[in-house]
Amino acid sequence: MAKVKGAVEVNTEMCKGCNLCVVACPTGVLSLNKNVNVKGYNFSYMENPEACIGCSSCADVCPDACITVYRVKL
Amino acid sequence: MKEDIRLLKGNEAIAMAAIRCGCDGYFGYPITPQSEIMETLMAEQPWEDTGMVVLQAESEVAAINMVYGGAGCGKKVMTSSSSPGISLKQEGISYIAGAELPCLIVNVVRGGPGLGTIQPSQADYFQAVKGGGHGDYKLIVLAPNSVQEMADFVDLGFELGFKYRNPVMILSDGIIGQMMERVVLPPQKKRLTEAEIEEKYLWATTGKKNNRKQNVITSLELDSESMEANNLRFQEKYQVMQEEEVRYEEYMSDDADYMLVAFGSCARICHKAVELAREQGIKVGLLRPITLFPFPKKQIAELAENKKGFLTVEMNAGQMVEDVRLAVCGKKPVEFFGRLGGIVPTPDEVLEALKTKVVQ
Amino acid sequence: MDIKEIMKPENQVKAKSKLLTDVPMHYCPGCSHGVVHKLIAEVIEEMGIQENTVAVSPVGCAVFAYNYIDIDWHEAAHGRAPAVATGIKRLQPDKFVFTYQGDGDLAAIGTAETIHACNRGENFTIIFINNGIYGMTGGQMAPTTLEGMKTSTSPQGRDVSMAGFPLKIADMVAPLDGMRYVTRQSVHTPTAVRKAKKAIRKAFENQKDNKGGSLVEIVSTCNAGWKMTPAKANEWLVDNMFPAYPIGDLKNV
Repeated sequence: MAKVKGAVEVNTEMCKGCNLCVVACPTGVLSLNKNVNVKGYNFSYMENPEACIGCSSCADVCPDACITVYRVKL
Repeated sequence: MKEDIRLLKGNEAIAMAAIRCGCDGYFGYPITPQSEIMETLMAEQPWEDTGMVVLQAESEVAAINMVYGGAGCGKKVMTSSSSPGISLKQEGISYIAGAELPCLIVNVVRGGPGLGTIQPSQADYFQAVKGGGHGDYKLIVLAPNSVQEMADFVDLGFELGFKYRNPVMILSDGIIGQMMERVVLPPQKKRLTEAEIEEKYLWATTGKKNNRKQNVITSLELDSESMEANNLRFQEKYQVMQEEEVRYEEYMSDDADYMLVAFGSCARICHKAVELAREQGIKVGLLRPITLFPFPKKQIAELAENKKGFLTVEMNAGQMVEDVRLAVCGKKPVEFFGRLGGIVPTPDEVLEALKTKVVQ
Repeated sequence: MDIKEIMKPENQVKAKSKLLTDVPMHYCPGCSHGVVHKLIAEVIEEMGIQENTVAVSPVGCAVFAYNYIDIDWHEAAHGRAPAVATGIKRLQPDKFVFTYQGDGDLAAIGTAETIHACNRGENFTIIFINNGIYGMTGGQMAPTTLEGMKTSTSPQGRDVSMAGFPLKIADMVAPLDGMRYVTRQSVHTPTAVRKAKKAIRKAFENQKDNKGGSLVEIVSTCNAGWKMTPAKANEWLVDNMFPAYPIGDLKNV
């Protein structure tokens, strides 16, 4: 198994809480936060950061380009 | 340099003048009585020589929107049509006026309403000078009365269009479009290069360079305060046009008791009518508005001070006469004589109308 | 490994395109428009053609597209984008020109402009967002609305005996000789998004090669208009839109 580790950074103020990244994530990293941003949206966040493989699927489907993806090879 | 003298139809003169003045693009759709404009351009093949683009569009609607796109790039672009086609273009013209872009639109007017007739008419006066499409806007409207003016007003139209960033219309008619006259063609001007356009027209969609903000050509503004500000800016511009761009011609008006007011081909008929009247001892002069917007209202108001009456002659049911009456403002009688549906009035008819309606 | 260790610039693999402005998009949460805007911005950035691109925005939900991608834009009247783009491209043939149009704009009021620009083989790119509904005006029936699909002007479902059949624009323009590349894509999964980006890139590359017309239809969702969540809309898209508008290249010559 390839040893990669990823992380995503969500621009929480731009996020509209559409949930598409949560559905797209293959490893169940993301979830919608119980808190809301200034516009009242439950923004996306890494609920399970350990599982992230930095595949960018979340960023690919994000309509508001508010996800930045990082990846390192271990 | 030797003058380039030709015998041309008015429509052909428009086409030749367009090439000569460095026009970048023509987009049109055939309709009588102006099809010779595009036919001449296609025969001349200016794309081989000056690089001017000539394209037959699928409709008048498409043609004016191609003009809209080209005008946004800072190019000298034009279209031409006749009345029913000009109605179709009104949407695009309103957008061009709203986005404050220069362009030239030629209307070789035929009789309406509807499909009407292919015979000459001046029944599109209101449509041309009062806006035509939706919203508060004005076109600069030039009314040629000869083939020479058809040629001359192309360059003038572009000059005014770019000066004010406003669409300009040449309001001609089937007589001027179809008749042949001697015409002196202007010398060939160079088209502007891409670099010259980028330097001259900072608003044009020439591609966003790093050192400038993006350019957006639009008439959209959802914020009412901003939209009102836009409209007020347009109105100020129209006011400046009214003060600085009025053009007209007077004939034998100095000692005249009565004035004929007519534009375009009707002014030529009235010119003859003035001579016939004077042979019969009636002192009559002629005022020919050359710009229909801005209208020579100040000049007409001045004439109203010392003339006894006015007769406006048009090939319609009485349109410009309303602007003449506004200018005269009740000081003197303003009567109207017109023929409709493509009928051209004769000088004798004009004289008869003058005698029965105006001369006391 | 600590997350802060991972989130270093040198480890960044995906970030917002520099061509996307900081203006928050007005689109509803989960709207396909945002994804497609992002792909266009990425393609223009990657091709390095920002200085040479002029785009035409439509009337419809994407009417404010010029607020989001930092290039020169020309806002067209409803449906007239292909005519406006024709003017721009003919007079600036060295520029990359694209129209961005929805199904109301492109397939209803602008059908004539679309067909004729395609038939002339105008050397620009048409990006066509087909979500089977009028989004901006509040979910009315579009020419692309599916049979039986409920909209605010077909509340009982589209009755084809009254309103005609879903209009398949890509199928109509693909046979035209002027067209070189006609494709149907979607942006409902990461894989689909990557394929759609490749298609958009190809359509732009075709302009460089002076090939003629390219149309990229993105079969999209309008979750607000369809009255379902964005994730549910993606499922509905697969089950209902794809049978009528199958994904794939219709022409590539």
